[in-house]
Amino acid sequence: MSNPPTKVPSHNPLPNKERVKLPRQRVPEQEPQVRAHNFQEVNLGFPEEQARQESLRCIECSKPGCIEKCPVSVDIRAVIDLILAGDYLGAASKVREDNALPAITGRVCPVDDQCESGCVLGKKGEPVGIAYLERFVADWERETGQFGSPVSAPATGKKVGLVGSGPASLACAGDLIQMGHQVHVFEALHELGGVLVYGIPEFRLPKEIVRHEIHVLQRRGVVFETNVVVGKTVTIDELMQDEGFDAMFIATGAGLPRFLKVPGEHFNGVYSANEFLTRVNLMRAYRFPEFDEPLYPCTDRDVIVVGGGNTAMDSVRSALRLGARSASIFYRRTLVEMPARKEEVHHAKDEGVHFEMLVNPVEFLGDEKGNLTAVKCIRQELGEPDDSGRRSPVPVNGSEFVTPCSVAIIAAGTSANPLIQSTTPGLATTKRGYISANEETLATSKPGVFAGGDIVTGGATVILAMGAGRKAAKSINAYLTGLVVVPN
Amino acid sequence: MFEIVEARTLARGIKLFVIEAPRIARKQKPGQFVILRLDDRGERIPLTIADADATAGTVTIVVQAIGKTTMLLSMLEAGDSILDMVGPLGKPSEIENFGTAVVVSGSVGTAMAYPTARELKRAGNKVISIVGARSKDLLVLEEEVRAVSDETYVVTDDGSYGDKGLVTDKLKELVAAGQVNYVLAVGPVPMMRAVANLTAPSKIKTMVSLNSIMVDGTGMCGGCRVLVNDSSQFACVDGPEFDATQVNFEVLMQRNNMYREQERASIERLQADPEAELKRIRDSVHSHECAAEAAAVSHE
Ligand SMILES: Cc1cc2nc3c(=O)[nH]c(=O)nc-3n(C[C@H](O)[C@H](O)[C@H](O)COP(=O)(O)OP(=O)(O)OC[C@H]3O[C@@H](n4cnc5c(N)ncnc54)[C@H](O)[C@@H]3O)c2cc1C
Ligand SMILES: Cc1cc2nc3c(=O)[nH]c(=O)nc-3n(C[C@H](O)[C@H](O)[C@H](O)COP(=O)(O)OP(=O)(O)OC[C@H]3O[C@@H](n4cnc5c(N)ncnc54)[C@H](O)[C@@H]3O)c2cc1C
Ligand code: FES
Repeated sequence: MSNPPTKVPSHNPLPNKERVKLPRQRVPEQEPQVRAHNFQEVNLGFPEEQARQESLRCIECSKPGCIEKCPVSVDIRAVIDLILAGDYLGAASKVREDNALPAITGRVCPVDDQCESGCVLGKKGEPVGIAYLERFVADWERETGQFGSPVSAPATGKKVGLVGSGPASLACAGDLIQMGHQVHVFEALHELGGVLVYGIPEFRLPKEIVRHEIHVLQRRGVVFETNVVVGKTVTIDELMQDEGFDAMFIATGAGLPRFLKVPGEHFNGVYSANEFLTRVNLMRAYRFPEFDEPLYPCTDRDVIVVGGGNTAMDSVRSALRLGARSASIFYRRTLVEMPARKEEVHHAKDEGVHFEMLVNPVEFLGDEKGNLTAVKCIRQELGEPDDSGRRSPVPVNGSEFVTPCSVAIIAAGTSANPLIQSTTPGLATTKRGYISANEETLATSKPGVFAGGDIVTGGATVILAMGAGRKAAKSINAYLTGLVVVPN
Repeated sequence: MFEIVEARTLARGIKLFVIEAPRIARKQKPGQFVILRLDDRGERIPLTIADADATAGTVTIVVQAIGKTTMLLSMLEAGDSILDMVGPLGKPSEIENFGTAVVVSGSVGTAMAYPTARELKRAGNKVISIVGARSKDLLVLEEEVRAVSDETYVVTDDGSYGDKGLVTDKLKELVAAGQVNYVLAVGPVPMMRAVANLTAPSKIKTMVSLNSIMVDGTGMCGGCRVLVNDSSQFACVDGPEFDATQVNFEVLMQRNNMYREQERASIERLQADPEAELKRIRDSVHSHECAAEAAAVSHE
């Protein structure tokens, strides 16, 4: 996957000292006051001219830090040069060599920790807007409808089953079909895309884009079957023994919500972020009553969200769009430790989200009907760094306070769903219930069964899940062609 | 797409459907349920598998029309299709030879308890069924229940059929006689709570089937959580059956009221023009059928 940066003749007419003077292009966005009330995409993407302007800023380092920092080593320098050459489709193909879902990662990758953090321009000023450029070429490709699907290898007659339809599976499916295998994806929910459709809201990642990627895979021959909970509807062993699957790839994500385990979490109005986002995104509760799914009312009420990750940001911004009187983030550390993408934090602030730092709920309070009325919190201060290297919060004695609220959404992380692990004999798991897989091959302890994405790593990122899908496809191909694959 | 092969009315507002779902039919066990979604604007609702035929590849559900989705479902007929159906979900009922097992059920709960009663009988229990309903015209599956029970008692609130009274009156007699080893109660929450209170002093193992509001049914959202032994349990994966003495019924009732206002609004919208809504979902499912066919053709 990590290919050395290709040396390309530059299409950039400017000398380096001119390039570094160019300001970073501001991406057009819906106005904060407008977007805070609708579910349409916030970031409108670069128009062609701005994409070219932004590309001119790249100084074409001989050892590009951006490529080094990209988890799948996209040849960013070459991509930018192709944009400058006006060959947008070529640029898109270049991205696709390493990244199967560029329109998606161009919108949701944590670039502040990845490619853009490796850009030398960022040392003194602002890095090149790499994600915006990636998105530009991917959108260009989709909007002009020119994506020519690559020719697949001759049929091998082998059948591979993929469990889950999140980014890990989608990337794996694309590569396996290319290699000539039959690919069948099983999804528990009624809609395909995993977190991309049930978790990440429309205003950050329009579902249309995910659907497009799935259509492309369908046209190439991937079969998708929804409404199948593997482990319940059918087991891994049954698929391999009775339905003729030669290999399986398990990519079921880290879907189980964690609650805080404090008193009062049963009150009406207390949601896990998973439930809140599933109701809003997957079930379209924001379009009630046109869609049937109800949502506990947020309109003109105070909503608090507990957590500091992308899930928390998505929840709080959704609540705002549903008409909340106030929408607040309650986080137990500070802005610096917050794991959410910086862009989302800025967007949330501009839209009017309130940030309450260094607080932790200790109890939810409700009325006699069982409806939430307030949350009791304790203030925190930062102590010594913990395992993750972040300074861990310590409660301040006697600092409890009560904040009225009608809706509280808990975004305190997720864990592994045990459904498959508990119904697949011989499948080894980690202490925390994730599936054990060999780091290099993603082979599990069970012959022919591979696993990747959040179900192996715990909640991570789209790009890492996608990278795992591609790695698994390689190993599965090797396994199917009779090569030895190191089991875990 | 899941085709309805048979649809018939069992009682006032209660309808039985036999639906083609081969994967579910093959795997289901008594006590498990499906989640279905009628069309692409619909919500996902849980319904117990009342029966199944693995050879024919069908499952049977019995539905009481109480809100928008169940009312709309009840308007469907054989030949119609349901867009999404997933299962079997939840843990199967505990089946062993307890000795004497009493199965207490109220109205549509009778259909939900029936497969478990049958399995308890097969496992060698003496099965006593107490079937309750508000009145005679709400009674379902009486014949089926009698066929798998050693004794069957029917009680109606208004005395229009069987004994007049509550299911708990009959249960009290049996418990007092001292020959009950196991009780399963399936029905309205107040009934299950009354059963739990009744059997608790004598420490008879008592299970109840909790009907909390669900979304995914796979443990992913936590919306179905119930307070059992003062800790959160997910009814869809840890249940739906729980030890009655541990269940907080008050919280269950409160949580089931969470969407009262919206549910009422949905029913009003449906009742304003039920035929139009029926046509809309039929058209929607039909267009999905066409799309699925087109996708299948393009694979060949
Ligand atoms: C709200 C939210 C916002 C996020 N924002 C970002 C972001 O901005 N940038 C970023 O990089 N990452 C983000 N992430 C993380 C990212 O979405 C995940 O790391 C990524 O989706 C993991 O991909 P996956 O393929 O492993 O699993 P998932 O996307 O979780 O997909 C797993 C799929 O498997 C299905 N499944 C589960 N069990 C079964 C079963 N037994 N049988 C059949 N199917 C099953 C599930 O229904 C699901 O569709 C976010 C996550 C959330 C929840
Ligand atoms: C595991 C399980 C198995 C079930 N099996 C059956 C079955 O076999 N047959 C059957 O008829 N019903 C069954 N139910 C109940 C059924 O799911 C609800 O009746 C249905 O969700 C109501 O949807 P609606 O849109 O028609 O009504 P809504 O308008 O959503 O609700 C109408 C009224 O029903 C109550 N209600 C809402 N959701 C539920 C719920 N999940 N359970 C109970 N009451 C609810 C509300 O308080 C409201 O007053 C089961 C529920 C569970 C959890
Ligand atoms: S219904 Fe979502 S966890 Fe049970």
